[in-house]
Amino acid sequence: MNPKAYGILAEYDTPADIMHAAEKIRDAGFRKWDVFTPFPIHGMDHAMGLKNSPVGWFGFIGGVCGYTTGMLLIWFCNAFDYPLIIGGKPLFSPWAAFPPSYELTILFTAFGSIGGMMFLNKLPRLHHPLLKHARFEKATHDKFFLVIETADAKYSEAETRKLLETTGSKHIEMVEE
Amino acid sequence: MSAETQIQAPMPPAELAREPLVTNNRNVAWVSDQVAAIIEGKTPKWWWAAFIPSFLMMCLLGAMLLYKTSVGVGVWGNNHPTMWGWDIINFVWWIGIGHAGTLISAILFLLRQRWRTAVNRAAEAMTIFAVMCAGIYPALHTGREWLDWFLFPIPTSNSLWPQFRSPLMWDVFAVSTYFTVSCLFWYVGLVPDLAIFRDRAKTKMRKFLYGLFALGWTGSNRHWSNYEKCYLILAGVSTPLVLSVHSIVSLDFAVSQLPGWHTTIFPPYFVAGAIFSGFGMVLTLLIPLRKMCQLEDIITMRHIDLMCKVTLATGSIVGYAYIMELFIAWYSGSPYERYAFLNRIHGPYAWGYWTMMSCNVLLPQLFWFKKIRQNLLIVFIASILVNIGMWFERFVIIVISLHRDFLPSNWGYFAPTWVDIGTFLGTFGLFFTMFLLFMRFLPMIAVSEVKGVTPQSDPHHPLGGAKGGHH
Repeated sequence: MNPKAYGILAEYDTPADIMHAAEKIRDAGFRKWDVFTPFPIHGMDHAMGLKNSPVGWFGFIGGVCGYTTGMLLIWFCNAFDYPLIIGGKPLFSPWAAFPPSYELTILFTAFGSIGGMMFLNKLPRLHHPLLKHARFEKATHDKFFLVIETADAKYSEAETRKLLETTGSKHIEMVEE
Repeated sequence: MSAETQIQAPMPPAELAREPLVTNNRNVAWVSDQVAAIIEGKTPKWWWAAFIPSFLMMCLLGAMLLYKTSVGVGVWGNNHPTMWGWDIINFVWWIGIGHAGTLISAILFLLRQRWRTAVNRAAEAMTIFAVMCAGIYPALHTGREWLDWFLFPIPTSNSLWPQFRSPLMWDVFAVSTYFTVSCLFWYVGLVPDLAIFRDRAKTKMRKFLYGLFALGWTGSNRHWSNYEKCYLILAGVSTPLVLSVHSIVSLDFAVSQLPGWHTTIFPPYFVAGAIFSGFGMVLTLLIPLRKMCQLEDIITMRHIDLMCKVTLATGSIVGYAYIMELFIAWYSGSPYERYAFLNRIHGPYAWGYWTMMSCNVLLPQLFWFKKIRQNLLIVFIASILVNIGMWFERFVIIVISLHRDFLPSNWGYFAPTWVDIGTFLGTFGLFFTMFLLFMRFLPMIAVSEVKGVTPQSDPHHPLGGAKGGHH
């Protein structure tokens, strides 16, 4: 195996072609491979065999933290650290504390889900072998790419290329690390 | 393939088929090229013609704020009994305009209104810039704005904390969360589009800057999967956020005891009014821009038509609220409440009330007619009148309620000063300067989202490469 090669890249012209190709690669049992498209293709997660994204959990935990932060902060400020009776009302009431806590729930949910998405996608990254590849520039324009990494256990240069050829790719080539 | 054909719903008859979202059968490459042309082409003359006056007006804003800070709030027309004047009118007006951007980007996303993709980016940018203009007013109306940090729970040597029972504190949290989440939502949406511009950049500078902000986006489907979930959550939290922000803004009034302000209808009525005025501003901005930037195939007449319908719906909700306010004022039996509303109708500011009524309630009724919704000139003029009407709504609520309260010896008449007017004009300068810079340097259309709603992007459509057997 060439240690300098990152993977093998196959180019397709239409979303239907790449979807069928992805189904074949999924069924062949590859693990370290991916599909690159200019827009999300409906049904591609299924074609690749991906599970539901766990980003929701990051958002949920963020939201719980936000609400708790809001309530505790207001209780700490107005009822604990400097108790001050205002208008003869109780020092702390969850009703008056709700609007700011609600806003913090939303704020922290947004932080959590964006942070979670970045973490799961290992972004930001300033360098990627594919981004150096001239042909790959079209991945954000109108072409569709399938890449199988050389690090995949099932990868072998001749056979993987043959498999990709059967998927009807118009163009197959190696990508350097 | 026969089994698959059977489970698919039959195509609708021709008369029920919807117009495509991108007209003239454009393909996905055309979408990037057309939007990129705005950024990559030469700066058009009209851009300079719009930018220079906007920039000068923004300088005027700087001068007005500097003058106000060095002299004091007395340079504004606010005075007893009208202690809130143009500052709060303009705050509520600008923040209301912002709300259409969030409605388009979040609520229409949750409702799967796919037409939103053509207008959401520009509308979200409008939101951010409008909130920037709005934020200036509450920050400066405090009088000693260098002490604004008192609003945040920061431990200090005098160990006092903000008083969280005050709706004004809720407002601080609502508006700052709104600004932050709107910026994040906008930026997350921009990342795949920045990658498009990184990949087509011709100069080193562009490659570096777009590349830096694209965060290394590759278009990987494993990334798209997490990205789409994140976008869905952001839409899901922005929806209650936008509803809560204007509800909290309305609580600034409704929690007080003043006749005309102390009403439970305020939160929903403020939210509907905000969306109404925001759609007015989206139409004002996009009708000329789609022409100038040759985007007629992306922002189609169907988009204009749909936005007019939203304007009609929200304008009618606002009209209902106005009439319900009058009914409740009569039904309450409170003489002060009744007087507050009679004074709106035929008091010294009746001209403001009737401007509001005609622009917000009568004018949108024109949009019942398809002929009018398809006439760009009428829609454009109406969209401006909508925002004039909504400005007067806030004027009616704030100035007319304040200028005559319980005791006739307390009455007065409010008039703005030249600083009020200059500051307001200045915020337009800030808004348009930011918007013009945005449309020149960032993709004004959500390119990857628009691509996603073309038939060419659908793997089950013949244009998306589907072979026979599919519909």
